[in-house]
This record gives sequence, structure tokens and C-alpha cells, in this order.
Amino acid sequence: MKYVSEFRDPVLARNLARQIAAEADPARQYAFMEFCGGHTHAIFRYGVHDLMPKNLRFVHGPGCPVCVLPVRRLDDAIEVAEKHGAILCAYGDMMRVPGTGRRSLLSARAAGADIRMVYSPLDALALARENPQAQVVFLGIGFETTAPATAMAILQAQAEGLANFSVLCNHVLTPPAIRHVLEAPGIDPEQAVRLDGFLGPSHVSTVIGAHAYAPLVARYGKPVVIAGFEPLDVMQAVLMLIRQVNDGRAQVENQYTRVVTDTGNQKAQGVMAQVFTLRPAFEWRGLGSVPDSAFAIAPEYAAFDAEQRFPISDKASRETKSCECPAILRGVKEPKDCKLFGRACTPETPMGACMVSSEGACAAWYTYRRAEAMGTPAPALEPAQ
Amino acid sequence: MTAQDLIRPGAVIEMAHGGGGRATARLIRQIFARHFANPLLDQGHDAAVLPRPVGRIVMTTDAHVVSPLTFPGGDIGSLSVHGTLNDVACGGAWPIALSAAFIIEEGFPLADLDRIAASMGAAARSAGVPIATGDTKVVERGHGDGVYITTTGIGVVPDGVEISPQRIRSGQAVLLSGTVGDHGIAILSRRQGLEFGTGIQSDSAALHRMVADMVAAVPGIAVLRDPTRGGLSATLNELAEASGHTITLNEAAIPIRPEVAGACEMLGLDPLHIANEGKMICICAEEDAEPLLTIMRAHPQGGDAARIGTVGDAAAPGTPGLLRMTTLIGGMRIVDWLAGEQLPRIC
Repeated sequence: MKYVSEFRDPVLARNLARQIAAEADPARQYAFMEFCGGHTHAIFRYGVHDLMPKNLRFVHGPGCPVCVLPVRRLDDAIEVAEKHGAILCAYGDMMRVPGTGRRSLLSARAAGADIRMVYSPLDALALARENPQAQVVFLGIGFETTAPATAMAILQAQAEGLANFSVLCNHVLTPPAIRHVLEAPGIDPEQAVRLDGFLGPSHVSTVIGAHAYAPLVARYGKPVVIAGFEPLDVMQAVLMLIRQVNDGRAQVENQYTRVVTDTGNQKAQGVMAQVFTLRPAFEWRGLGSVPDSAFAIAPEYAAFDAEQRFPISDKASRETKSCECPAILRGVKEPKDCKLFGRACTPETPMGACMVSSEGACAAWYTYRRAEAMGTPAPALEPAQ
Repeated sequence: MTAQDLIRPGAVIEMAHGGGGRATARLIRQIFARHFANPLLDQGHDAAVLPRPVGRIVMTTDAHVVSPLTFPGGDIGSLSVHGTLNDVACGGAWPIALSAAFIIEEGFPLADLDRIAASMGAAARSAGVPIATGDTKVVERGHGDGVYITTTGIGVVPDGVEISPQRIRSGQAVLLSGTVGDHGIAILSRRQGLEFGTGIQSDSAALHRMVADMVAAVPGIAVLRDPTRGGLSATLNELAEASGHTITLNEAAIPIRPEVAGACEMLGLDPLHIANEGKMICICAEEDAEPLLTIMRAHPQGGDAARIGTVGDAAAPGTPGLLRMTTLIGGMRIVDWLAGEQLPRIC
């Protein structure tokens, strides 16, 4: 696979690991948050930990769109399908997420609701065209990566006059979430996570551009290095972060220059600005209420807003008690600190947000390194062949 | 009445085809007997009488439900023959006969059934294994997904061959007969809502000839297993658990077609979880690895055979063996069972 395998090259990886080891100051402890679940997944899947010095720690951030969707919003989606008889279209990773009473889209489908897995909101538009008598609702989730596609689908539906299409909009924004992690409102400063810098998201940054992080870096003095999703991208970005920390610098740097520009995709930004409006606050699973952190559908497009179209009831949605996801999503605790991890809570029977998506920190620890997380000593690393 | 009479354009399965009357007899005669013809089936009894076997007998059964029914590189007919022959071969056995049971949905086009039966007959003939007996049932419209086929296979194991995960030992080699993920990705590429242009063909194939040469050369093979549903990871996790040993794979050594790797990247799937229908995992003593690879590579189904890993130490008492992997960049990770159905990721 050209343009992919080059970024998984074992010789280059060993060279980078040597360089990181040489430049990491043994007198320091480095803690870098990879904001994005895609990075968490890549770090675990390729065993990047094993090539890092002992005094460097990855802190897993809240950038997993499936993980941070609050139970209430998922319950709403199930209600739209079950009570209002709509065809609900969702991305694959949403299907298993447990809502109140551990009901998921998959279990609602098994019980008779018409819930379809789609790869794009355009698939939902096609369903709306093919089923003019049915209401078709797209469950819009994700950060700035997926939001433009949802906006485009709404514009397309308007252009075609598809009156039976609407969106349950849950799109969330990256910079306000980073700000929230750094400010840690309501958290004892002693308990707050100590961070030396951020691995900036790959796909989100292609849309919002590298400049979008500049105000955060200026205000909080923590470096951000935007990194691609391949293991060598992550390692190179780590080296860039170490250099910034060692030099006492805090800047936005872009490792992922093959895709990310300073100003991002302005066309995508334009459609988001046209179709969406900022919610004053949005509840995040784990983080709580975060101001200015999510999109609603703008009043001009209210006809395509499922929240306006369907009388969605108030309900007492509940997360699982004793789940440590809130602290894990803020980077304050690690999955191994949770009593449920690997026992009551596994990918087959997820109790909380971080275990449900393959990008969640708990799922990554469980799937790729659970022996360590559960107290069995790490297996000795064999030399690469 | 000729076959063409029965399979007139637009003809479909009706409830009467499963009623046991004249329509059933005609269906059997004109489709199944015609495509499967062999001396055992032609005995025309309820039970086929097989010659006395020389050696121990293995028996296995497999229900085939696949959507779509036809996919690049095969269909449910050939798949139902290959799948069961490979399960027989996993016992180190030579298959001697198959049975086939059909559950067909009312309204299923007879032309499609005819095509599937033809493909099944061709697969059995090419494997040299007769379909000795069978059964047909029809279910009401909406109670099935076109056609389901269950095949049972009987085979004979040569003396001295003892295939069992209990014989897995530290230091043994893990071999794989070819590329991973071809079948699952070929199926996925034709699923509704996900059609993508690709030349990927299913690897559906019968492996018993290759296996016969392997066990003839090395009767002491510990394990033969075909990594079908759940892919390489499910099969090797089962073996690690059953044997209580850690198995360590080398990611760089696992053969994968670039198209399959590309499709997995695009869809966010792990090729180690994707089904195969023409691949064999073999666990054997270190010194037998190279001779076995040479034998595998001499067969068309084993051209890309490779050594993909090594059996490690026994796990601590009371803990299951783990499957882990040295990654491409030289890190280490667990290769886990798939949780539920493999679902694509959004980013």
C-alpha cells in the first residue's frame, strides 16, 4: 500500500526510537495527551509504547466521538426509531454503544426498530429518496471531521426537496474540548492531570487547519504537534514535542504536512458555518457540560432538524455507576484504575463510554495490552525480525 | 419432462417442492440428481451405503448461510462443499463422502437453485468426493434468506496422525498456507450499500489434497485448522486457549494481498478478523516447518504459504494462553478475539 507502508517501516521506526531516547531528558517526566481516539488506536495497535522511553507517558484524551456522546442523545435516537417509526441511520461504531438500561441501536434493531448502518450521510439521503413514505433520520456524530458531510447532506436534501430526511445533530468541536481538559473546571488542581503537550488530531486538523490551535497554545502555554495516524507519524510528533518541551517552547507545529494546512479546508468550514449554529453548551459523556462545544442545526434549516421534527420526550437517562470513564476521558485516571475494567466491563459487555468504541482508551488497553493493565507483568519484548 | 421444462423462465420454488410428493421428486431428479450424479447417490436409497473404510473415521458438519449467494470467486454451492471438505482435512483426514441438506425459501428462482447445484456438483467432482445423500425442505416466504445449505462430510484418518491442540508445545512453528482476508473482503465488496470496485476473489477452495501430502510427509503435525469465521485471530485465540500456550505472531510475515490490506484500511477493519475459506493453519515441530512449507507451496492453494509465528511458553496455571504479535514497527500487542460483529469505524 503506497503512502501507507512507508509510515510503518521498521527500520525508520527503530531510528526514530533511538533519536527519541537520545533527546528525552532523563531528569524529566513527559506526559503527552493524544487528543484523538484514532491516535490512541494507532499507538496501541502498533505497540508504539514499546519504543518509547520509560519517562514518557501517553495520556488518552476525549477525542473519541462515540465515547463522548451522552447516553441521553443515544436514548433519543432509539426513541426516534422505536416510538416515531423512523428509519434511523447511524455509523457502524455507534451500533453497540449501550444507552440507558444497556440498550443499544443493535438491541433496538433486534427488537424490531428499523435501524441501518451507513458509511456516509449520503447513504441516508439515498434511503430517503427510495422510501418517500418513511421518515429517514441520520444520527450525526463526530468532530469537525464528519460534520461537513452532515452539512452537505442537509444542503443536498434541501436542493432536492427531500422532506422526509432529517438529522439528529450531535457534532462536537475539538478546541473547546481541549480547553476544557486544560481548565479542568471543578477539579481540585492537585488531582488535575499534568500535561506537557498535545498530539493534535489528524483528520480534524485537515478541516479546521493548524492555526485553529494557536489561541489555545498562546493562552495555556502547552505545545501542540498535529500528527498523522500512522505509527511513524506519531513517533515523529513525539520527538517534535520533546524538543519543544526541552527548549521551553510552546508552539503549534504540524507533522502531518502531507495533508494538513494552516488554514484547513475552507469549503468545509463554509458549509458548517452555513448549516450549523453553536450550542451555548453541550453535555459530553465523561466531561459534563462544555460551553460552545457542539453544533445544532441553524434555524434556516430547521426543517431538517430531527429535534424539531419529532416530539422527543424528556427522560431520565443514566450512565453506569462506578464507571471511571469521566476521569479517564479527562486523562486523570487510567483504565486500570477502574474497578470494572476487564471484569464487569469488557468489549462484549461494555459498561461505559471508553470501552464501547475501538478508539476508547479502555477498549484499546483491553484489546491490545490487557495483561499489563490487569497486573500480569508485560511479556518480554522480542527483538524485531 | 426435461430440466428445461422445470426451469422455465421465471419458475420459482413453491411449497409443493418440499411436500414430499411428485413435485419434490421432480425437483430432486431434475436439479440435484442431475448435477450431483455419482454411484453412491444413484443407489437412490434414503441412506447411502459406503464401502468399509480403512482407518479411523472423522465426521463434521457445517451450515452455510451467506449473503450474497454469489460472490467473486464462488457461490454458496461451491462454498458448502469446500467448507466441509476443509473441516474434514483439519482432522488430517481424506474425505470420502458428503451429504447436503437444503432449506429453500418459497419463491426462490429455480434457475438460481440450478446454478448453485451445478456449482456444488462441479466442486464435488473436482475434489473427487461424491455427494452421497441429501435432503430438501421448503420454508414459507420470509422464513429464510433464499437458500441455506448444510453439508456433512466423512473422512478417513491415516494411522499415526493425531491432530489435537493438546499436542501444542513450546517452540513449535505456526504456518499459514496463504494470504488472509480474501473471502471476507470479496463478500463485503458485494454487500448492498458497500459495493466497491475490486478484483478481489474469494479464496474458497478445497485443501484436502494439500493436507494429504502434508500429513503423508509429516504425520506428527500437531494442529491443522482452517481460519474461517472470525479469521486468523479467532482460530489462533482458540488454539492458544485450548493449549494454554502463548502464541506469538510476526505481523510482517503474515501474507496479505495489497488490495485486501487497502480495503481493510479504507473500511477500518482488521484483516486478522476477516474470514478465509481456502486457507490452512498448521502447527508443527520447528524442524518440520521448512519441509511442510515446501509441500504447501507446491500446491495451487499454498503458493503464498509462510511461517507466521511461534508457540511460546505455557501460560501460568489457571490463565488462558494469549495470542500476541510483534508489530510491523517492532512493538508488541495482544491480538484479541473480535467483540461481536466487526463494525467499521468512522475515522
